[in-house]
Amino acid sequence: MSIALHLALIALLLALAFWTVVARETFAAVAGFVSYGLLLTLAWVALSAVDVALTEAAIGAGLTGALLIGATSRLRKTEAAARAERPGRATRVLAAIVATAVAAAIAACVLLLPDPGPSLAPEVAQNLASTGVGNPITAVLMSFRAMDTMLEAIVLLFGLIGIWSLASDRYWGGRPGLAPVVEPNGILAYLARVLPPIGLVVGIYILWVGADYPGGKFQGGTVLAAMWLLLLMSGLHDAPAVSQRWVRLALVAGPAVFILVGVLGVFVAGAFLGYPEGLAKPLIIVIEVALLPSLAVTLTLLLMGPPQRSESSP
Amino acid sequence: MRIAADIFTIVAILTGAFFFLAGTVGLLRFPDTLTRLHALTKADNLGLGLVVLGLLPQSSSVFGGLKMILVWLLVLLASATVSQLIARAARRGGPHP
Repeated sequence: MSIALHLALIALLLALAFWTVVARETFAAVAGFVSYGLLLTLAWVALSAVDVALTEAAIGAGLTGALLIGATSRLRKTEAAARAERPGRATRVLAAIVATAVAAAIAACVLLLPDPGPSLAPEVAQNLASTGVGNPITAVLMSFRAMDTMLEAIVLLFGLIGIWSLASDRYWGGRPGLAPVVEPNGILAYLARVLPPIGLVVGIYILWVGADYPGGKFQGGTVLAAMWLLLLMSGLHDAPAVSQRWVRLALVAGPAVFILVGVLGVFVAGAFLGYPEGLAKPLIIVIEVALLPSLAVTLTLLLMGPPQRSESSP
Repeated sequence: MRIAADIFTIVAILTGAFFFLAGTVGLLRFPDTLTRLHALTKADNLGLGLVVLGLLPQSSSVFGGLKMILVWLLVLLASATVSQLIARAARRGGPHP
């Protein structure tokens, strides 16, 4: 029975991936991509990788989907023109060959993995107690490979700076997005009044259970970002000017705390990002709690795009 | 008692699955956006509601059961809102009114 379900899931995934690639309309392709992400979430759950599934749902399907929908509406004006200048047959054949070769190479790598695959899982399980957290994924992300997580958080910040630098000089440091239009009795305004309190609790809950169960700051931060985006889209709240001090502070605080704890490790535990004996869990919690608001603000502003209005604009 | 709970689960989930099927058939067969939305609400509201209801006796803890009910309520809220937004966009003259 479960094999039939898995086969159906795989067939649907392949069909949706194909549809996303061949769809002519950008919006249809994005719709395919979002459903593909949600199905991929199910596939990760079927593989018992709930942490990955949560991240895929929140960031892969949700956040990336929202980014792509935003891109679609910006591209709408030029879509017809772009479709008119169709690349030549040779270019398309070449692109198909290269894409197929890359896919085949990856498939070969996966299929040629030795069985059982090379794994550090036993070592992680053995040393889990030294980190104080119960979820091995969190232990890997925040202790054994904390460096990667730190760089991830910093890369997001660089991405945001890259987006801001697309602003025209006139609006540098201004407010992102269009001026809000409030429909006081609109259904979106209603949702934006009802949902955020629930979302706030869910986001913080996901962060908190991350120590022992699937969850963590990235997933929780995405939920918080979604709540703020809902407020911004409904027009109940206007986006802040990106030059405001509190925005900059909120963006930098999380990565700064992470780096600070890392440097502290050099003096106390003898290695960058080393945690002193017995203090691992408190320090991990400090980093996660500091990163949550920073990630939420970063992700929200990533989606709002470059500043398009001056700071004083309503 | 156990058997009664299991039978209740099977009946409720099968009924829920039927509403999902009906909603999907409606989504594929109905002629315009508004009637398709009408079909979808059957899957979201009744279908998911019955599946959650059927899973309640199988839940190992009260907290887990409450979480499932919360998920259903959130889906209700989200699907009702999105249906309104899509319907409004369709009335304003979307691509396929």
